[in-house]
Amino acid sequence: MKADVLIVGGGLMGFSTALHLAMRDTRCIVLDKDSPGRHASGVNAGGLRQLNRHPAEIPLSVVAAGMWHHISDLVDADCDTRFPGQVRVAENETDLQSLEKRAALLRSLGYQHEEMIGPDELYRLVPALAPHCTGALICRSDGYGRPFHALDAFRCKARALGVHYRSDTRVDGVVQEGDEWRVNTVQGEFRASVLVNCAGAWANHIAAMLGEPVPLKPGAPMIMVTERLPHFIDPVLGAAGRKLSFKQMQNGTLLIGGAHMAELDLVQECTEINWHKLALSARSVMTLFPQLKDVRIVRSWAGLEAFMPDNIPVIGASVTASNAYHAFGFSAHGFQLSPVVGRILSQLILDGTSELPIDSFRIDRFADNRS
Amino acid sequence: MKQHYRLAVIGAGPAGLAAATTAAEQGVEVAVFDEQAAPGGQIYRAMESIPQHRARQLGDEYQRGRELVSAFRASGAKYFPETQVWSLNARREIGLLQQGQARAVTADQILIASGAIERPVPFPGWTLPGVMNAGAGQILFKAHGIVPDDGVVLAGSGPLLLLLAWQYLHAGVGVKALLDVTPMMNHLYALPRLPRALLAGHYLTKGLRYKRDLKRAGISTLHNVRGLRAQGKETLQAVSFLHNGREQSLETAALLVHFGVIPHAQLSRVAGCRHVWDDSQLCWQPHLDEWGRTSIDGILIAGDGGGIGGARTAEHSGRVAAFQALYALGALDRTARQRLARIDRKWMREESHIRPFLEAFFRISDDMLQVADDDTLVCRCEEVSAGQIRTAVADGHRDSNQVKFLTRCGMGLCQGRQCGEAVSHIVAAASGQAIQDIGHYRERPPVNPLTLGQLAGLHSEQTE
Amino acid sequence: MFKRLDNSAHNRVNVTINGQPVQVPEGETVAAAVLTHGLPYTRTTPESGAPRAPFCLMGVCFECLMVIDGKANQRACMTQVREGMHIECQQGVGEPLP
Repeated sequence: MKADVLIVGGGLMGFSTALHLAMRDTRCIVLDKDSPGRHASGVNAGGLRQLNRHPAEIPLSVVAAGMWHHISDLVDADCDTRFPGQVRVAENETDLQSLEKRAALLRSLGYQHEEMIGPDELYRLVPALAPHCTGALICRSDGYGRPFHALDAFRCKARALGVHYRSDTRVDGVVQEGDEWRVNTVQGEFRASVLVNCAGAWANHIAAMLGEPVPLKPGAPMIMVTERLPHFIDPVLGAAGRKLSFKQMQNGTLLIGGAHMAELDLVQECTEINWHKLALSARSVMTLFPQLKDVRIVRSWAGLEAFMPDNIPVIGASVTASNAYHAFGFSAHGFQLSPVVGRILSQLILDGTSELPIDSFRIDRFADNRS
Repeated sequence: MKQHYRLAVIGAGPAGLAAATTAAEQGVEVAVFDEQAAPGGQIYRAMESIPQHRARQLGDEYQRGRELVSAFRASGAKYFPETQVWSLNARREIGLLQQGQARAVTADQILIASGAIERPVPFPGWTLPGVMNAGAGQILFKAHGIVPDDGVVLAGSGPLLLLLAWQYLHAGVGVKALLDVTPMMNHLYALPRLPRALLAGHYLTKGLRYKRDLKRAGISTLHNVRGLRAQGKETLQAVSFLHNGREQSLETAALLVHFGVIPHAQLSRVAGCRHVWDDSQLCWQPHLDEWGRTSIDGILIAGDGGGIGGARTAEHSGRVAAFQALYALGALDRTARQRLARIDRKWMREESHIRPFLEAFFRISDDMLQVADDDTLVCRCEEVSAGQIRTAVADGHRDSNQVKFLTRCGMGLCQGRQCGEAVSHIVAAASGQAIQDIGHYRERPPVNPLTLGQLAGLHSEQTE
Repeated sequence: MFKRLDNSAHNRVNVTINGQPVQVPEGETVAAAVLTHGLPYTRTTPESGAPRAPFCLMGVCFECLMVIDGKANQRACMTQVREGMHIECQQGVGEPLP
């Protein structure tokens, strides 16, 4: 099977790229070793967050936010998105100072989307919060969506525009012959002019095949979901001094994350919840919302994410091969960026440049380029 | 409760009781964790508190539990009732909840003996108040001496249904009808397995005796019933069905249904044990060797949780697994393990002769398993219908987990216990795949309720 | 719909069911108590408001959720009655938190 562009990885980055290419009449095929959105894309916490991003990500994140606010225009579905804002609360003077520093940095960079609020405004927005918080940093246009539904919407729209997709098709090797890539998989050979690596926690396998391995570390951040509760909080909540992400979904369940890692066996692709660490998340929740002590945890899980040492992704052209591109390593905060990353890759592939600055994400930025 | 035990047994039904008693009698310290307040599991529920006359109404088999329970009480095994297990992993860490306190305990050998649940088979109207499992009727009767007030209709297929009808008869409960959905074809299908079943003939004669007693009492039994439907506005008012080509209806406010039993595999799945589809028993079972060992080192399974065999087999398999655990702990050598387990293994072989026949005879029709009616709710918790599942499949979602992610089927409080099997059947049929390839939901802990407050207070040595 | 075969002197405890004072034999589960009391349903579902009642009585179906002593989502079949217990039907997800 031959296409213009072959994309390895059927998650959000892969389908977003395929969609944007298909919108410009490019024939694409997406291959995934499992089913669509099986890993990070399907099971993340769904945060649509500009707040507290690495400065290099901010220009992308701001554009992505605009895309999420009108996501039906892109994928004919609203992906259950909601935008009640996100707050990062300060519980003491140290927290407050670090948030204020952050706010000043953003202003100096020319951005308005992060603002400091005092306790009056904070408790107006989050009346359920425990009374000891002293203020917060807020991004009012932030929110959340449902990752698997978003993935499904991207996949269906891409399919409608002619993108081909294969599940259970692990890539075992890639060879470039002239201006053609020959991709060997467990389901046979595929060919394309351009190769794109969106392989998530396995992206380093592909990068290594291209001779440019990177220090990618797979990790599995743990999330818990609770039983349904009456609605009591609007914004998504984080805390300056804790690892915590906390939100109440439309159906009333609470989604609690916080970057505590599960035990991970990448080869078996299985994760094991570390309860002692998850207990720390529970304790954070108890400090900020003690009234939730009798709320039942229904399920916990940990999705496989790709972490880069500097916590920002790899986006851009291969430096070792022509007609090859990368978008991976989103370090557990890629969901929000996915629409714009697809657009950037389509621009790189079709126009040779991206309209947004991506130099900070180049693949050869790591000291000795070894994993 | 200690931090660590050499042997931990989860479940105090026949398998768990027999295993723990065996281990304790051999001098090995064993802890038994069970969620009920008294030993016996479901089959021997209320064994220690039930009044004699009621015990007699339950039949001879029930009385066997008395010996098991007293031997257990005398054995010296450490017993922790009202203790829920919410997590188990391959490192043999057990998450427990006792009196509102969450704990993590480890063990060198763990025996999962959490038994079986009734096979949930969705049918139109099954979520109406007034429709319950036959096992629920038995629990009310055993534990509390409570029975249906106004007459009851029993429907489904399987020995348990017949047993309940017989128990109700002897308790003076008015059984309006027994609607047997066993397909006529099963008689033919089961015939080749009859010769072997005769080797465990006492089961057959018992079943025939129950049927005879019901007939003599004038209880109407309709065979080859199809199109079962529970009807009512907000509660059950009637049951309709097809019999001999005619649509019929019975007024009733209580319908007890039974479609066989399947392993309660929540814990074995969450621990990561390998499971395989057994097409004769029509269920997923943990893959076990002859000693009860799972695919995870140090985790064993005995009783119905490892494959349906009934209460007697559960006892024997509990003892066999205990001998294996003792051998693994170095308390027995190989020869001793062989010698001590010989009789139980022999009994297990004898008991097994009836199974193929029963499984074939009481096999539920594909029609029922695949939930033909689109409007019937498959996921009770999240209210997802069979039609919605089939639509998801048509849209490219080809296994249980993808369907779950899309529809929320299986994401409710029961975490797929009531819908998982049906979803496997429906997705397999709708996508033209073998059920083994469809798989089952991935289980994630906690498998029993655990609150944020309880987790926050997790008590163990390791807190950072 | 359900009745006790033996109504003779048990130790009984005083509970309320939907505000109504009721005496229940010690050792009964809340599910058994409310079924015998004749409640037509024990909860309504969050999605559609459909009435539901206990189904499996062994803790694996989570249908029998009721508000017990002010706490929602309690499995009635896994809870034993206690003196002074307040038992209520649960409507949807229950009442807002304090």
